[in-house]
Amino acid sequence: MSPWRAAARRFGRNRAAVVGAALVGALVLASLLGPLVTPDPLAQPDPVRLQDRPPSAAHLFGTDPYSRDVLSRTLSGARVSLVVGVGAALLAVTLGAGVGLVAGLAGRRTDQLLMRGVDVALALPRIILLLAVFAVWERVPPVAVLCVIAATGWFQTSRIVRAAVLSLREADFVVAARALGAGGAGLVRRHLLPHVAAPVIVSASLDVGNIILLEAGLSYLGLGVRPPTPTWGNMIMDGKDVLFSAPWVALAPGCALVLTVVAFNLAGDGLRDAFDPKVA
Amino acid sequence: MLGFAARRLAFAVASVAAVVVITFLLVHAAPGEPMLGTADRTFASPDVIARQRALFGLDRPLPVQFIRYAGNLVRGELGTSFVLHRPVSSILAEALPHTLLLGGTALVASLLLGLAVGALQAARHRSRTDTLLGAATLVFYSVPVFWLGLMLLLVFGEQLHWLPVSGMRSAALEDGSALARALDVARHLVLPAASLALVQAAAFARFQRSALVESLAGEHIRAARAKGLPERTVLLKHALRGALAPTITLAGLSVPYFLAGSVLVESIFGWPGLGRVAYDAIFARDYNVITAVALVSGVLVAAGNLLADVAVALADPRVRLER
Repeated sequence: MSPWRAAARRFGRNRAAVVGAALVGALVLASLLGPLVTPDPLAQPDPVRLQDRPPSAAHLFGTDPYSRDVLSRTLSGARVSLVVGVGAALLAVTLGAGVGLVAGLAGRRTDQLLMRGVDVALALPRIILLLAVFAVWERVPPVAVLCVIAATGWFQTSRIVRAAVLSLREADFVVAARALGAGGAGLVRRHLLPHVAAPVIVSASLDVGNIILLEAGLSYLGLGVRPPTPTWGNMIMDGKDVLFSAPWVALAPGCALVLTVVAFNLAGDGLRDAFDPKVA
Repeated sequence: MLGFAARRLAFAVASVAAVVVITFLLVHAAPGEPMLGTADRTFASPDVIARQRALFGLDRPLPVQFIRYAGNLVRGELGTSFVLHRPVSSILAEALPHTLLLGGTALVASLLLGLAVGALQAARHRSRTDTLLGAATLVFYSVPVFWLGLMLLLVFGEQLHWLPVSGMRSAALEDGSALARALDVARHLVLPAASLALVQAAAFARFQRSALVESLAGEHIRAARAKGLPERTVLLKHALRGALAPTITLAGLSVPYFLAGSVLVESIFGWPGLGRVAYDAIFARDYNVITAVALVSGVLVAAGNLLADVAVALADPRVRLER
């Protein structure tokens, strides 16, 4: 049995991991299908009468201070969180793997230069940089948030990949492949990447939850994706001002955030244990 | 040991310098006009704006501005706030102790709680206790810190009226005794510190549990058990020691988390700290304040890493001999 099949089987036997993966699937479906069955997240049907009304049959999660339906905004906000969380994790991992491969394969000087740079980058207060970048932009599309978060989030991955490459470089099968004339892109693709992939996938999947929380924090501060586009972060910001009189406004997006991040962390923990089954 | 510490210190200084350079460039190269940051300035005449820019040296080319800033920095001068017209150093001197109190309390509380929960889980590995605590730590690890803050505020501040909801001191106790005032600050501290600490304690617990479980599977543990040592001694003296180094490192690396958390939590609880200063400065384009906050953050992050490295090196001789 190939190591990938073995990992997939271990994942399948891990009940918590399967629940996490199923939850992630359900969330993706809900974010796609939700807008078809719920009212327009931006619509303000009756600005006076519907102003932050508690949950009812017509509005299951209530309405917010602008009379908008909290349920449809929560479902719609899932898109930003999922796209930014998954997209930024994938992009960051790609960047990190690229830099890690170069550092591990290039000469000592390039390696030293890149890794000192990564050390410094890891010491930067990321939140201050993100705040400074987003505060100067007026309109911020989700793609831009995704790119900036990824650009400041690949440093740890590059270290993991470099360490893996350094130990693989001396491995017998790589030395043998080299002796047989393999080199360059072929060596990387056929012999290195398959072995580097597992730790990279694990680190990416465990990162998704953190990125979703980071994006929510930025939206909550009024940065990142701007209103009226609903994000869970800016919905909680709207709910903060009416926290005592209409707690449901902040409650729904907050619970959605916790549920989503728990789902990704369960699946990520499961992937880690599946690829690295020494203890659990 | 001294050589090791000196190398790490040199790196810390270099990384702080990099933080300052990057923030300076990022802030100054950003489009937009800092002197138009606030509403009352939107109506200022171009003449007034030009005079303001000249006053702060913003009309000079960027390299000149940077050299001037760096020169002042070396002399310990952080410049003046564009908005508050006060020396940046006095703004920071006021805010930093508040954030250190909040972050320090949260760090200590989260370490104690996290280590205890993680150790308990590892000791009862795969029991019902382990599963329940594992679920709890997973949920707290997945909660957005600002939302947790709002929920604590709602429940313990508004519903139960147990704790104050905002600020750091009660106006009524301004003339109270020193003890009464200290207790008053402590009461204000509980909710913001708990918000920060609960999330980070979950991270520490998850980490401590897996480090301990791994350590408990080691040969030295089998040897200790074979000697007939009580399980308690095996866990606390033998296993914990092996698992402590990675947790110390993680504690040192958690400084950025507490800084990010303070930006979010201080605004919720009206805590007058560095996070509030950073937030206000960024929206007002208060360049000197932003750069100074980044500098202080960089120093705190570097200090956290440095202290953790030294602590690990003290605990584990193998680390010292490396490199």
